[in-house]
Amino acid sequence: MKWMTFISMVWASVAQANTKTSFMPPAATEIAGQVDNLYAFLLWASLIACVILIGGMIFFAMKYRRKSANDKTAYITHNTFLEFLWSFIPLVIFLFVFGWGWYIYHQMRAMPKEALEVHVYGKQWAWEFVYKSGKASTNEFVVPVNTPVKLIMTSKDVLHSFYIPSMRIKQDVVPGKYSALWFESEKLGDFHVFCTEFCGAAHSLMLGRMKVVSQADYEAWLQENDEGLTLVQRGAKLHNDKGCVACHSVDGSVKVGPTWKGIWGATHQFVDGGSALVDEAYIRESILEPNKHIVKGYPAAMPSYQGQLTEEQLNAMIEYIKTLK
Amino acid sequence: MGSAAGKNYINEFAGLKSWFTSLDHKRIAILYMISVLTFFLVGGIMALLIRAELFSPGGQFLTGDSYNQVLTYHGAIMVFMVIIPGIPAIFGNFFLPLHIGAKDVAFPRLNLASWYVFMFGAALAVSTMFTSKIDTGWTFYTPYSIKTGTAVVTMVLAAFVMGMSSILTGLNFIVTTHKLRAPGMTMGRIPLFVWAIYSTAILQVLATPILGITLLLLAAERIFGVGIFDPALGGDPVLFQHFFWFYSHPAVYIMILPAMGIISELITTYSKKTIFGYTAIAYSSIGIAAVSFFVWGHHMYVSGQSEVAGVIFSFLTMLVGVPTAIKMFNWLATLYKGSITFDSPMLYALGFMFLFAIGGVTGIMLATLGLDVHFHDTYFVVAHFHYVMVGGTLMALVGAFYYWWPKMFGKMFSETYARLSFVFIFVGFNVTFFPQFVLGAMGMPRRYFDYIAPYESLNKISTVGSWLIGIGFFIVLFNLIHSLLKGAKAPDNPWGSKTLEWTVQSPPTHHNFDHDPVVTAGPYEYR
Ligand code: HEC
Ligand SMILES: [Cu+2]
Ligand SMILES: [Cu+2]
Repeated sequence: MKWMTFISMVWASVAQANTKTSFMPPAATEIAGQVDNLYAFLLWASLIACVILIGGMIFFAMKYRRKSANDKTAYITHNTFLEFLWSFIPLVIFLFVFGWGWYIYHQMRAMPKEALEVHVYGKQWAWEFVYKSGKASTNEFVVPVNTPVKLIMTSKDVLHSFYIPSMRIKQDVVPGKYSALWFESEKLGDFHVFCTEFCGAAHSLMLGRMKVVSQADYEAWLQENDEGLTLVQRGAKLHNDKGCVACHSVDGSVKVGPTWKGIWGATHQFVDGGSALVDEAYIRESILEPNKHIVKGYPAAMPSYQGQLTEEQLNAMIEYIKTLK
Repeated sequence: MGSAAGKNYINEFAGLKSWFTSLDHKRIAILYMISVLTFFLVGGIMALLIRAELFSPGGQFLTGDSYNQVLTYHGAIMVFMVIIPGIPAIFGNFFLPLHIGAKDVAFPRLNLASWYVFMFGAALAVSTMFTSKIDTGWTFYTPYSIKTGTAVVTMVLAAFVMGMSSILTGLNFIVTTHKLRAPGMTMGRIPLFVWAIYSTAILQVLATPILGITLLLLAAERIFGVGIFDPALGGDPVLFQHFFWFYSHPAVYIMILPAMGIISELITTYSKKTIFGYTAIAYSSIGIAAVSFFVWGHHMYVSGQSEVAGVIFSFLTMLVGVPTAIKMFNWLATLYKGSITFDSPMLYALGFMFLFAIGGVTGIMLATLGLDVHFHDTYFVVAHFHYVMVGGTLMALVGAFYYWWPKMFGKMFSETYARLSFVFIFVGFNVTFFPQFVLGAMGMPRRYFDYIAPYESLNKISTVGSWLIGIGFFIVLFNLIHSLLKGAKAPDNPWGSKTLEWTVQSPPTHHNFDHDPVVTAGPYEYR
C-alpha cells in the first residue's frame, strides 16, 4: 500500500491548511495527522458533491420555473449512460475512501511490540490508571512523549469508552473483557480524555486529563508520592483520586451530589425530614454509610467507601472540606 | 366527480365509536395521525428541554439523571412512536390502497388491530414516565440497562409491543400490494411511493422480530437473572449490540425509505414531469432494503469487534451509499426541463434534497473506518442522523401533510403560512444541527449533560436554532388546524397530479372508487 502513503503525503499539505478550518483538535500523533488528511479529502469531496447536488437542484429549479399553467415538459424516462455514470463514479470514490479508511484503521489496530503498557479501568465515573511500577492514579494520565503507549483496558461496572480527541483514538471499555488501544504522542502538553459510551448520571463528568511529558518528567512523576504534603493537600488530592470529583464540586456548582463549598458548619435537611449539622462525625458517616441519610434534593447515588479509605485519608478529606468556604 | 349525496369517508358515519371501530384504511390513518402527532409534540418538547439544558455548561434546570431521562424519552418516542410508524401508518394506510386502485388494504381488521396494538405499546411506554422512568438511552445498551433502577422492563415490553404492530402493518401492506392492484396496475406502474412503502414493509416484517427477541432476552435477564448480556452473570454485553443493530440499522431504512417515496411523488407533481429512472428508483429501494441487513456493524467499529468484521461492514456500508446516490441524481434529473412551481410541498421536497445531501456525505465519512474512530459517539453522529431523520424523514412528512391534506380533508390551507413554516423549519434546522458537526469534529461526545468551555458558543447557537424549529412546527400545526375550521373547499386535484388518488373526490368516499379504475399507463404520465 505504498501509493496510499504517497497520496497521504500529497494531502498532508492540503490538510495543513485544513486543520485550521476543519475544527479538529490539534493532532498529536502521526496517525492523527493521517486521519486529518483523510478528513480533508472527504471534506473537499463532500463539498464538491454538495455543489453538484444542491447547486444543480437550485439551478434547475430556477431555470425551469413554471412559466405558464400549460407548460409542456420533456418526457425523459431514463438515460442508461448517465445512470451508469452516477452509479459508477460514486462507487469508485466510495471504495477508494473505504480503502484509505481501512489503511489508517489497520495502523490503529496493529499494536506495537515494544510499548509502555498501562492498565486502565473505567468505572462510574472515573478513569483509573495503573502503571507497571505499581503507581496508580485517577483521572490523571501521565505518559512520556515519543514513546508508544499501549492501554489495556477493562471496566469495573458498565460500558465506557476511552476517547482522546487529539490522538483521534477511541475504544469501548467493556466489563469482563480486555480491550486495547495504542498511540505515540509527538507533542508535549495537556489533552482531554472523555468517556463516549453512555454510562449514567455523571457520564459527561468522567473527564480525564492526559499529560504528555518528557521522559525525565515522567520518571520523576512515577517516583512522586504523598510524603511532604499537608493534610489539606492530601485531602484535595483524594477528592480527585478517589473519584469524588465526578459528583462533588468544590466551587459551588451542582453535579450529581451537593457541592462541598461552604457545607462545613451548615445544617443540612434530609429527605426523611431529619437534619444534621455538618461536622466531623457527619462527614465520616456520609462517606462510609452514604445511604443512611439522604440530603434533600439529591438522589441516593453515592456508593459506600467503607473499607476503601484509611483513617488518615478520612481525616485528610475532612480537613480539606473544612477549608472550602 | 363528487358523489350525489356529498358523502365521504368522514361524514358517512358519525360518532366517536364509528372511528374507534372503523375498518376503513382512511379512518385508521387518521387515528394514527392524531396519535403520532401527539407523540411528536411530546418528543419535540423533550428535544427543546435538551437544547435548553445545553444552552450553558453545568446544570441549568435538570440534573444528570433527569437529563438522561429526558434524552431517553426524546429518542425512544421519536424513533418508536413517531418516525417508524409515521409515514407508513399515516400516509401508507391512507394512500397505498388509493394509489393502486384498491378499496381498502388486504386485511382491514388486522389494520385496526395494529393501531390498537400500537396504542397499547405506546401507553406502556408513556406509563413509565409516571413510575420510575427510564434513563438508558433508546439503545438500551447492556449492562447499564440491566443495572439501572429504572423501568427498563416496561419500556422494553412497550417497544416489543409496538414492534408487533409494525410487523402487522408491514404484512398488510405487502399482501395489499401483491393482491389488490386494480386491473392494469402492473408492478411496473405502481407509484414510487408504493414501491417505497413495499420495501419498507419487507424490512418491517423481517427485521422487527429480531428486536422483539432481543428485548425479550433483556427482560428475561432483568427479571430472572439469566446470564445473556451481563458479564457479571457470564453474559456478553457486545452481543446485545449486535442483536440491537441487526434490527436498528434496517430500522434506519424503515424510517427513510417511505420519505424517499414521498419525495418522488412531490418532485414529479411540482415539476409536472415524469420521473427520471422509475426502474432505478424502484430497484434501489429494494437494493437498499436488502443490503441494509448486512451493515449493522458500522455502529460498532470501536466496540471491540474484530478488525476483519469492521472492514467487511465498512465495505458493505459504502455499497449502500450507491443506491442512495442514484436516487438523489434521479430526482435532480427529474427537475431538468421540468415546469417547476414552489408550492409549499415542493419547498419541503427541495429542502429534503438539500439536507439529505449533507446527511449523505457525512454518512460516508462515518462509514470510513479510520475516521469513524474519531467521530463515533460524538456530536458528529448526532448531527448526521438528525440531518437524515429530521432533515430527511420529517421534512418529507411535513411536505406530505401539505401535499395530501386537501385530499384527506377536502380543505385547502394557507399557502403563505405553509411557506413561512418552511423557512422557520429549514433555517432553524441548519442553525441547530450544523454546529453539531463542528462540535463533533472538536470531540464533544454525545449524551453529554455538561461540557467543557470551548464547546459553549456552538451549543448556544444550536439551542437558538431549536427555538426556530419549534416555531416552525407550531405554524404547521396552526395552519392545518385553521384549514380544517376555515379552509376553502379543496378541488379534487389541486396540484394537477397524475396518480389515482387525485381522480377521486376530496375527501374520498368510503369505498374510494365509485367505479373500479382500469389502469393503462404508468403513474407519471405528464406529456
Ligand atoms: C456517584 C456519585 C458520588 C460519588 C462518586 C461520591 N458522592 Fe458523595 N454524595 C453523592 C450524593 C448524590 C450525595 C447526596 C445524597 C446523600 O446524602 O447520599 C452525596 C453526599 C455526600 C456528602 C454529604 C454532603 C452534604 O452536603 O450533606 C459527603 C460529605 C460526601 N458525599 C462525600 C463524598 C466523598 C468524600 C466522596 C469520595 C470518596 C464521595 N462523596 C463520592 C454522590 C457521590
Ligand atoms: Cu460514560
Ligand atoms: Cu446503521
